[in-house]
Amino acid sequence: MSNLPSPRLPRSRGPRESVLARAGVLIVMGVFTLYFLIPIWWLFIAATKDRSQFLSTNPLWFADFSLWKNIGELATYSDGVYFRWLLNSVGYAGGGALVATLIAGMCGYALAKYRFPGRELIFNVVLGGVLVPATALALPLFLIFSQFNLTNTFWSVLLPSLVSPFGVYLARIYASASVPDELIEAARLDGAGEVRTFFTVSVRLMFPALVTVFLFQFVSIWNNFFLPLIMLRDETLFPVTLGLYAWNSQVNQIPEIRGYVLIGALLSIIPLIITFLLLQRFWRTGLGAGSVK
Amino acid sequence: MHMKKGAVAVALLAVAALAGCSTTASTTAADASCAPSTGAVELTFTTWLPGIEDVVAVWNKENPDIQVKVQTGPNGNGGTYQNFFNQLKAGNAPDLGQIEYDALPNFRVQDGLMDLAGCAGVLDSKNKFVDWTWGQVNFGEADHVYAIPQDSGPMAMFYRADLFKENGIAIPTTWAEYKAAAIEIRKTGGYITNFSQGDINQFAGLVWQAGGSWFQNDGTNWSVDMTSGASSDVAAYWQDLIDNDLVSSIPAWTDEWNNAYNTGKAWTWDSAAWGANSIASGAPDTAGKWAVAQSPQWNAGHKQAGNWGGSSTAIFKGSKHPAEAAKFAMWLNTSDEALTMLNQGANLYPAAKSGLELPALKAGVDFYGGQAIYDVFKEASAQVSPDFVWGPTMTQVYNDVSDGFKSAVTGSGTLEDALKAGQASTIAALKAQSIPVKE
Repeated sequence: MSNLPSPRLPRSRGPRESVLARAGVLIVMGVFTLYFLIPIWWLFIAATKDRSQFLSTNPLWFADFSLWKNIGELATYSDGVYFRWLLNSVGYAGGGALVATLIAGMCGYALAKYRFPGRELIFNVVLGGVLVPATALALPLFLIFSQFNLTNTFWSVLLPSLVSPFGVYLARIYASASVPDELIEAARLDGAGEVRTFFTVSVRLMFPALVTVFLFQFVSIWNNFFLPLIMLRDETLFPVTLGLYAWNSQVNQIPEIRGYVLIGALLSIIPLIITFLLLQRFWRTGLGAGSVK
Repeated sequence: MHMKKGAVAVALLAVAALAGCSTTASTTAADASCAPSTGAVELTFTTWLPGIEDVVAVWNKENPDIQVKVQTGPNGNGGTYQNFFNQLKAGNAPDLGQIEYDALPNFRVQDGLMDLAGCAGVLDSKNKFVDWTWGQVNFGEADHVYAIPQDSGPMAMFYRADLFKENGIAIPTTWAEYKAAAIEIRKTGGYITNFSQGDINQFAGLVWQAGGSWFQNDGTNWSVDMTSGASSDVAAYWQDLIDNDLVSSIPAWTDEWNNAYNTGKAWTWDSAAWGANSIASGAPDTAGKWAVAQSPQWNAGHKQAGNWGGSSTAIFKGSKHPAEAAKFAMWLNTSDEALTMLNQGANLYPAAKSGLELPALKAGVDFYGGQAIYDVFKEASAQVSPDFVWGPTMTQVYNDVSDGFKSAVTGSGTLEDALKAGQASTIAALKAQSIPVKE
């Protein structure tokens, strides 16, 4: 901000907006909010309905409330395989994102704080990785994993999820800006090894960026559908996205499954919502940091 | 968002490129002789049938030396076929897989199927299956078999018995009567049926009934014929109904579509045996009011039926235990025990003759006013022409033709235009895959 004295300025320093502009902004935001929320509302309503009422009642308002009954049926259908899927998803996304964050954090930190030949080259190669969509790699990965008899295993989905080029990029940018060299120097003088310095000093300073990387990775693994589709055949290994998709593909011939797909879809967004609510504070700071620097 | 779209496009390109390579996969040295293995074997079986685990458990219990492991996934066109091709390329395909009849030629052309003619008891079992289903799995080659027929979808006409009776309209037995009835029904505010714009399978079934066939294969060359004879007659017939607003054109399998049947706006549906369950589930308020009759005929007095859907159990090239796999496939698709469970769990209508006599398929069905509806389908099953041949690129055919159908129902272009465009793009697609095609 400028340091010129400006005594006559009112408290709020933003430009003044006309009422019209504000209303316009509100309307646009309202429309978008509705646009995003209505499908979820529809899903929620549909999930509370009995199968016979699903088609015959207003799709956007409640009929008899049978949400709990539906959940109970979902839990017993096909030996409760749905909750197995949910657990798998949490495993793939939670475990994968955690390890991916650790690797990306260490890698980005090293690229930011150590000088060694080929540093820029490595960084540029990693940056190139951001541009390659994960879906494009799924089929080559399948053929490679086939050589090692690793397809249709937990590892076939987890291992490819452990790398996050974007995470490396963000961690490097953030580390070079927020971890002062003097601090690392001080830690070294006090006798801390490099690993200890990283975990006790740098990680704390880089925390917002690491949370952002974690969230990004969590969401992208959770939503990654193509890789499991290609890799997995064993129903007990499916993540929830693939499982619901498989069910949904049978709806034409086995209409009963439709109810399970709906209630399953509703339940499957809950973990994502929880993760976001818990971590959104960090998420915002991290995003800002990534965009400005 | 742009990034994401790009990602999908790149992925599809990659898949297409690799799939392209696999078409040229070399033929492995002569088919394995299908000799039985010694000792206990474990087979893998990929299928998307619900409840299949229970059926396989029965087999596993009775056959400790041939243990079958079930693998699953989305339905064939939803990704499982592509997975099969990927696995064939990677050399780790399952022993057995579920493949619908319309996808079998694709696997045959890409040399993914094992010829089961050498497996004990397979060729002899020809008479156990409804004739036309055998034609679907041997592609007209007398001494070869590339899969075991599993289920079928002979077509008949579901109709609202109560509405026809109340309005004094006769049940149509020919397509000419069907149009006359459509005019009467339109006067009451309803539609005789809904023309399914996106589901080309049903249309193919109607062409099948009329005696047409979109593809032929003379052993080396494919030929495509979607625009003459029966195919164009059927297209012209439905175009006429669409032009005169005698049929609705709601996209099939949607809520709106279910609702049209549930509220009595749509009166009939010419559909497959498995469709019985679709109506019962989509139109619960109309329980007891439906009945089933033979499909309307093109010529009065004829008895011809179409088929919509159905799948087979194939054994993939590279299976180490084809003899045991064939044994399991035969049990799965001919034993009363398995067929009963498949009918209950997955709503399958069997391809085996003995399966048509199952007690479950003899009983009256409450939703259809107590009528023993499967008697009608059994009769229809015997009337399906064995000459209908699917092409090797059906996914592409369905996509291209349904694009044209969608514009036809909105008034731009006709069904025949769509078939013409579909024929051209199909020939181009075959050529692109280096599949010999006559023009």
